[in-house]
Amino acid sequence: MRLTKSARAILGIATTLVLVIVYVPLLVVLINSFNSSRTMSWPPRSLTLEWWGKAFRSAGALEAVGTSVYVGLIATVVALILGTLISFALQRFKFFGRDAISLLVILPIALPGILTGIALNNFFRTILGVPLSIWTIVIAHATFCVVVVFNNVIARLRRLGTSLEEASSDLGAGMWTTFRLVTFPQLRSALFAGGLLAFALSFDEIIVTTFTAGQGVTTLPIFILDNMFRPTQAPIVTVIAVVMIIVSIVPIWVAQRVSGGEKTLR
Amino acid sequence: MTRDDSSSRLGAAAVLPPRDTAARRASVVLSRHPRLRLGLLLSAPLTWLIVVYIVALATLLITAFWTVDSYTGDVRVDWTFKNIVTVVTGSLYHAVTLRTVGVAALVTIIDVALALPIAFFMAKIASTRWQRFLTIAVLMPLWASYLVKVYAWRSILSGDGLLSWILQPFGLESPGFGLPATVITLAYLWLPYVILPIYAGLERVPNSLLEASGDLGAKSWSTIRHIVMPMIWPAVIAGSIFSFCLSLGDYITVNIVGGANQMLGNLVYTNVGTANNLPLAAAISLIPIVIIFGYLMAVRRTGALDNL
Repeated sequence: MRLTKSARAILGIATTLVLVIVYVPLLVVLINSFNSSRTMSWPPRSLTLEWWGKAFRSAGALEAVGTSVYVGLIATVVALILGTLISFALQRFKFFGRDAISLLVILPIALPGILTGIALNNFFRTILGVPLSIWTIVIAHATFCVVVVFNNVIARLRRLGTSLEEASSDLGAGMWTTFRLVTFPQLRSALFAGGLLAFALSFDEIIVTTFTAGQGVTTLPIFILDNMFRPTQAPIVTVIAVVMIIVSIVPIWVAQRVSGGEKTLR
Repeated sequence: MTRDDSSSRLGAAAVLPPRDTAARRASVVLSRHPRLRLGLLLSAPLTWLIVVYIVALATLLITAFWTVDSYTGDVRVDWTFKNIVTVVTGSLYHAVTLRTVGVAALVTIIDVALALPIAFFMAKIASTRWQRFLTIAVLMPLWASYLVKVYAWRSILSGDGLLSWILQPFGLESPGFGLPATVITLAYLWLPYVILPIYAGLERVPNSLLEASGDLGAKSWSTIRHIVMPMIWPAVIAGSIFSFCLSLGDYITVNIVGGANQMLGNLVYTNVGTANNLPLAAAISLIPIVIIFGYLMAVRRTGALDNL
């Protein structure tokens, strides 16, 4: 688009400003992970590596990370399956109640987390009589993760059309073969992006988790909430946060490569 | 049908007739019966969503019409409108609802205002290389823990925090903990969720259209107003759904940076926890449900729900 130089400059400055606002708090977290003051007063008087050492030896923190990864992975797999099925149904068929279903998929994320949380808590404990455990968290997480997979897959299906699949079945391929060799490869990057978002959503969820976690099951956000206001533990939480941000670059970068590669092919 | 001998032999060599396996037969049945296909596709996800979510939600909301036994503290099936009346007429609930909706609306406006220029820059001005970099830059904060970000704002806004430190030389001070801090923190938290759909919406606006508009003599501003904005409106609404709905239900942020202020989520939380009054909590949670349903219904016509 042809824009005047000043318009470009203004947009460039606005973009830079927004990025600065987005990253300043993260930088504060990074610096505070070296802040020798436990109360994290600003500016830091001196820097220390003590918290980093302690964080990597904190059994509670490492266990919480493990639990979160485990919950996140299973919830993501369930969400991938359910989300893909539902996006095929809604994209490839016209039927009565289609709009209601697309609303149903969005609801678990649109309605307040606390509502989903107490509804599921009430449902598991009072109605079903099931004790809360790690599996109740997985079920709850999978439910609200469906929507992100659904969004990614249905957007891809809309773009794909069905001609390649029809060609495949004209050439004699059965449904499974067509899905495996034609449809799935075209969906792969959308599934990856959706799965990544679903995992991120589950990994960071606190409200629903609070209400569905069994006794003694500590996901990372629960660990953080429990320890954030403890002066002895707060710096460790800060270190974990920094590590998470740094580690997250890898999957995001891979997702970008996967989807970027496709763009040049088209 | 008569066939040329050679071509039939050639055909046989090129495409073997499919073996008659169970998978093949299933495939034939499925391709002949689209309704069956639809049923199979929908059965698992619908069962999950209805059994786990709708039933759970319905059994919670129905308790809004029940009571709590004042002796045992147990929920008793005793049909009454008492809780609904309390919520509809209580001045506490009016004030908190107004405050919550106000905060959510303000957060949404701030986020859209911040997201539009950066999304436009990413989609239409930045080179492919920069586009990739900026997308990563916008996505990355999503991986920083929600709680840690809220806590970071708490430390920034606190009396001896970064903001006071920056503002001190100018004779100003940090707003401290309260509603402004809540709005700032929530706007910060949901910003990436607003940027991404708007960016995706802008990516779908063809450059040729913008050039055509320019060729026909439109200035940048009028191209943006008359061509770009109408096209990305559904995406903007989609972004606003995130920031509005997520703000409306939040109670942790306001606990950490909001001082003594309460939002609807806090009222629900208190009634589930310390007050042990599930029916009243269910009645209160009908407020955000009604608001969110109203909002979703109002924006459904724009096609925003396809842009989430």
